[in-house]
Amino acid sequence: LTRDVLRNGDVISGAVLAALGAYILFEASGYSFRSEDGPGPGFFPTWYGVLMIALSLALMISAAVKGGPSARYDWPAIGKAIGTWLAFAASAALMGWIGFLVSFALLTFFVITVIFRQSPLRAAIVAVCASAGFYIVFPLALGVNLPTGVLGF
Amino acid sequence: MDVLGGLMHGFAVALKPVNLLWCFVGCFFGTIVGILPGLGPAATIALLLPLTFKMDPAGGIIMLAGIYYGAKYGGSTTSILLNIPGESSSVVTCIDGHQMARKGRAGPALGIAAIASFVAGTFGIVALTLLAPPVANFALQFSSPEYFALMCLGLALVVLLSGQSLVKGLLSLLVGLWLTSVGTDLFTAQARFIFNESALLGGIDFVVVAIGVFAIAEVLASIDAGEKAHMLPVPRGLRNLLPSWDELKACRFAFINGSITGFIIGILPGAGATISSFIAYGIEKAFSRHPEKFGEGAPEGVAAPEGANNADSGGALVPLLTLGIPGGGTTAIMLSALVLWGVRPGPLLMTESPDVFWGLVASMYIGNVVLLVLNLPLVPVFAQLLRLPVYTLFPMILGIAIVGAYGVSGRLFDVALLIGFGLLGYVMVKLKYPTAPLILGFVLGDAMERALRQSLMMSQGNLATLVERPISAIMLLMAVVILVLPLFSRFNKARTQAVAEGG
Repeated sequence: LTRDVLRNGDVISGAVLAALGAYILFEASGYSFRSEDGPGPGFFPTWYGVLMIALSLALMISAAVKGGPSARYDWPAIGKAIGTWLAFAASAALMGWIGFLVSFALLTFFVITVIFRQSPLRAAIVAVCASAGFYIVFPLALGVNLPTGVLGF
Repeated sequence: MDVLGGLMHGFAVALKPVNLLWCFVGCFFGTIVGILPGLGPAATIALLLPLTFKMDPAGGIIMLAGIYYGAKYGGSTTSILLNIPGESSSVVTCIDGHQMARKGRAGPALGIAAIASFVAGTFGIVALTLLAPPVANFALQFSSPEYFALMCLGLALVVLLSGQSLVKGLLSLLVGLWLTSVGTDLFTAQARFIFNESALLGGIDFVVVAIGVFAIAEVLASIDAGEKAHMLPVPRGLRNLLPSWDELKACRFAFINGSITGFIIGILPGAGATISSFIAYGIEKAFSRHPEKFGEGAPEGVAAPEGANNADSGGALVPLLTLGIPGGGTTAIMLSALVLWGVRPGPLLMTESPDVFWGLVASMYIGNVVLLVLNLPLVPVFAQLLRLPVYTLFPMILGIAIVGAYGVSGRLFDVALLIGFGLLGYVMVKLKYPTAPLILGFVLGDAMERALRQSLMMSQGNLATLVERPISAIMLLMAVVILVLPLFSRFNKARTQAVAEGG
């Protein structure tokens, strides 16, 4: 039973939120709760921090009491989504170094070949066209700045 | 300014060539967004928001609103042809719309959806025109305690209707309230929750949260769902899109039902277009003389929900424009757009910024005609969009998301935050935490804290002030009732059923 409970999404997310509530209360205790002019900056956060802890504990307890298997997840599909997210994060991390246009083209190429299993040629064509399109629409037509890298674009 | 004078002024604003252009652009984008599954109006408006910073407020809100109500028109096309809803508000249209298409009546189904949307959408705007001035007048007597109570009531309704679990809805709301406190406190200049990061002193930008939680999460969830479907052919030519006389006659009650149901549900915060379309479908079936035809391709089963989700737009704008209280994710983004342009939605909007209020209302009459044209004769052209492979769409959305977040301040720090919020939104979707309460908590949190603190300053710290004033007492009582009622199992069963159908 304990292992099932530890795997339950409601129990885990409840624990995370309870921890967040505790953090909020801890930080809020450092701000003044009440001042001469009325409630201080700690007043509102204290209230929602207390509520957050109470509700997340209620969520954890009710999920643990109900027990049973937690929702079934399609892990390969989730893996695809998380893979896309990781690629997205990596391309953003590279952006300060190689600039938006190159890292965006790499992201597009990765998503089309690895996540959607299309041919590299097709992916390369889409990636180059998309990057060029972004360059035309944002910096050229709309005057919106894009992150640039050491190469200057 | 009386209603007629206001409307005249509004048409003078909306008929300016530049505003006509923005209205058309909004409706055009809205139709595209509506047709494409996996890209919703909330995500699109969040993505486009950074581009509107320098726009004139009237033109900007006219365009954003066009996307908002235009997406509801376009959503039906995908429901009918693919049996996949283009928007969540068109889920119920799949039932009879796709059945009609399979029986070779795809054209009339699309036609009925467009006509019902036009009729009910226009009804919603007329009702908005007539109802907004008295509501704003009433709200003029509101002071800080009433505003605090009103926000509590609105948020309670949003939590009630946003998901299966009330506790998860409330937790989502509290996280939103917390995120909005990050930064410098306006009363005392105290820095709160900034993790020793000076970049957070100015607070987290709304655009970053909204794009992350809506757009990025939507892309990830769509990749995860991996929907594949087979499209039915689209009939060409206007004649093949017009319903027969018998079909129109069958729909006459549905037009009225959709209009009234959609508008009334639209006013309630939290209910939204999806729930209103389900309720209109339910009413239509319950009062039908031949309920057995529903699910087999009954034209009124298309007209009622499509009408309702468009009448809903007019209703949803009543609390947004007159009270400054948005009822859902998309209207919350529109509220923060108005604030960014320096316009304050609320009872004084009509007198302080008549160009924005009446210009928007008048532009919606025009927008509905534009949408009828885009959706009736041009629907075969737009349906070609569905042939676009999805793998080209998702990288584009991610790219626009980065451009939008970076455009806020020109710092890669905001892009990093965006990536974090994207993951947060996706995890929330997977664990069935509703995201709308988080966005609403984030948008209203500042105003709510300010109203609470001002109320307590006025009363020298006496909390009783909130219940001693009659209007605020009634609203707070209603909020408590809303959150306590589901503890009684019979009511909760009805609620979860309604939410499940709407969800």
